[in-house]
Amino acid sequence: MIVCIIKHDWTGPPAAAQHGIMPHDHHDHPHALLPPDPALRVKALETILTEKGLIDPAALDEIIDTYQNRIGPQNGARVVARAWSDPDFKAALLADADPVLAELGYYGRQGEHMVVVENTGLQHNMVVCTLCSCYPWPLLGIPPGWYKSDAYRARAVREPRKVLAEFGVTLPEETAVRVWDSTAEVRYLVLPMRPEGAEGLSEEDLAALVTRDSMIGTGLAKAPGEAPS
Amino acid sequence: MSECAEISAPEPVFAEPWHAQVFALTVHLNEAGRFSWGEWVERFSATLKRHGLGRELDGGEDYFRAWLETLEMFLAEQGAASPAEAEVMRSRWEEAYLSTPHGEPVRLQG
Repeated sequence: MIVCIIKHDWTGPPAAAQHGIMPHDHHDHPHALLPPDPALRVKALETILTEKGLIDPAALDEIIDTYQNRIGPQNGARVVARAWSDPDFKAALLADADPVLAELGYYGRQGEHMVVVENTGLQHNMVVCTLCSCYPWPLLGIPPGWYKSDAYRARAVREPRKVLAEFGVTLPEETAVRVWDSTAEVRYLVLPMRPEGAEGLSEEDLAALVTRDSMIGTGLAKAPGEAPS
Repeated sequence: MSECAEISAPEPVFAEPWHAQVFALTVHLNEAGRFSWGEWVERFSATLKRHGLGRELDGGEDYFRAWLETLEMFLAEQGAASPAEAEVMRSRWEEAYLSTPHGEPVRLQG
């Protein structure tokens, strides 16, 4: 078995914190670990706004819990699996996604509209937000670091095929690539093509083939039997 | 494709607790009607653009620093939290951390 180090933009807690060592010189007077400057600034804003009655701290915890634990690409995968299995659902989803998604409980808390774009042999869709990082939160959760990077935001529009190749996606010559630029008002979800050999699978099994990247358009759905990623 | 591509570790949703806090604070203020999401995006994208002029932003820590800066400016603009208020409160929290024995809950002094 090959063990690989997966590189992502999280380096884990500092080594000192992992070992319970205080990164501090005064060992005779240990105090609470001082959070980094931005963390203190966020705490300051929270305290000021709470004292003024402008925010409810419990609501903050609820929002964090929602995005950390309850909302993620599994939501979008369920929608895609259903669209692959149910032609009427798919037609309704492509025609006007908002009511269809609202019925499933996936509505935009920021009042945005959802548009679902379908991949075909002739057109591959890819989503970006050149403004900042607008993303279909209710369906995919919080975007990955690369989606928010300057590199992706600039290059997805300029050289989408090259970016796709870096994600390991090579499309046939006859497939055009269309890039959709998200805004505060409109967010996009890519409906990937159903992989070969997926006929007859249950919605649950189909959903397992739908990766986050396939719904952003920087990946394809997995083939049945392909190792989980 | 290498065999490595088949093995993957889940990325944390938020790399640092304060990323989650500043995100939640902004979403909550929007949902409480303090500003529209369009107003937020307009300001945030301007900050990102400004920060990205001198160097390429990687979408991680620098992204949330830009987010925090935008929120601070927006709240100052709205009169909800002035820079002076924010600085005083930040110092009070720093003082609280530095004067609380390790392992005890950190609270603001009086």
